[in-house]
Amino acid sequence: MKWHVLRPLWVALGLVGLILVSRQFLVPDDFGVHGKSFTYGYYRLSNIQEWKDFPVKYRGRESCIECHEENVLKLNASTHEPVECENCHGPSVNHPDDEEYLPLDTSRELCLRCHAWLEYPNSARGELMSIENRRHKRRRECIECHGPHDPKEEVE
Amino acid sequence: MTCSRRDFLKNTVSGSVASVLPLSAFTFLSQAEASAALSETKVRWAFLVDTTKCVGCGLCVKACKNENEIPYDAAVTRTWVERYVVTKDGETHIDSPMGGRDGFIDDKIRDEEIDPEDIAKAFFVPKLCNQCENPACVQVCPVGATYQTNDGVVLVDRKWCIGCGYCIMACPYGVRFFHPEAKVADKCNFCYHRISKGMEPACVECCSFGARQIANLKDPDDPVANIIRTERVAVLKDEYGTKPHVFYLGLDANVR
Repeated sequence: MKWHVLRPLWVALGLVGLILVSRQFLVPDDFGVHGKSFTYGYYRLSNIQEWKDFPVKYRGRESCIECHEENVLKLNASTHEPVECENCHGPSVNHPDDEEYLPLDTSRELCLRCHAWLEYPNSARGELMSIENRRHKRRRECIECHGPHDPKEEVE
Repeated sequence: MTCSRRDFLKNTVSGSVASVLPLSAFTFLSQAEASAALSETKVRWAFLVDTTKCVGCGLCVKACKNENEIPYDAAVTRTWVERYVVTKDGETHIDSPMGGRDGFIDDKIRDEEIDPEDIAKAFFVPKLCNQCENPACVQVCPVGATYQTNDGVVLVDRKWCIGCGYCIMACPYGVRFFHPEAKVADKCNFCYHRISKGMEPACVECCSFGARQIANLKDPDDPVANIIRTERVAVLKDEYGTKPHVFYLGLDANVR
């Protein structure tokens, strides 16, 4: 065969070889079929551990009670018992090591998430104690009168 | 053809020995070894949403965004809450402003005032990744960046994802989005870092009403898995054949 026909063939073969060689270096050892099938389980195995190492931010009231026992016990005994501390106080992350104070949300809007009256008779929203947002003490913050840890307790 | 008795017996014995010998190459595995070889686990994560308990406070969305480092003010979220208001004329009004991140405080839907007298029913539906048994998003990934773990959760490899967006379009539930900071496809993974430590997902922990629960379907004593097994639960878009693993109690036909 003539040289000018073979020349691109060598170039193409060389490229294929180059790809095969560089593949050995670029593809990690743990990349392959690890799951039940090629379709759903073709991946880099160490990525699972990378996701498991993702930092936890919401640590739950079990971690709050270690220092703030009084407030947690008060909350647990009140009708606000199902509300997590971090819903209002923000995620604790590494508190108190990194952040001494958490970004406490005391806004009216936070309370209204559950307690704004919506006339939805067959929704669970209708069963909660609620206010008409446009009528009830429009310019006041809720916590000026209602204790957040125990809503039945009046705040002076 | 003739065959003496001696030849017949000789051939029978040598034939059976020859056919049995290759069998010795096989080893018999105990059940534990067999399931290890098939990389089976004792965990299959699933989720239970009780729509009758959801009040639409949106604290799950807020918690999810904080926990999973999703830009708080970007219009993307791993989980969201939809509001459905069905009026007596049969029309369905749906909204989910910012994914319900700030709850539903106003009774206006998309700036439309609806007379409470006209409402036939109204409810909230939380949505999240269904961690399908046959995930369409995984099938279409051209680089093997998204995959199903052996405990049923679909993860995205952020180092491997090239951001082509095929999976975002393939998901019938619209749970995938492009992460504006990581520059990769992103989605709910049931807080994989939390459930693998024995914690609940952030949205489950922050739900005050028990509307969201996590279950291990392979655990016969898991109380939430038992609800899924024994109660009348529904899934979203069953007809797609993706076998979703987020189960809903009290799902209305208007929910799509």
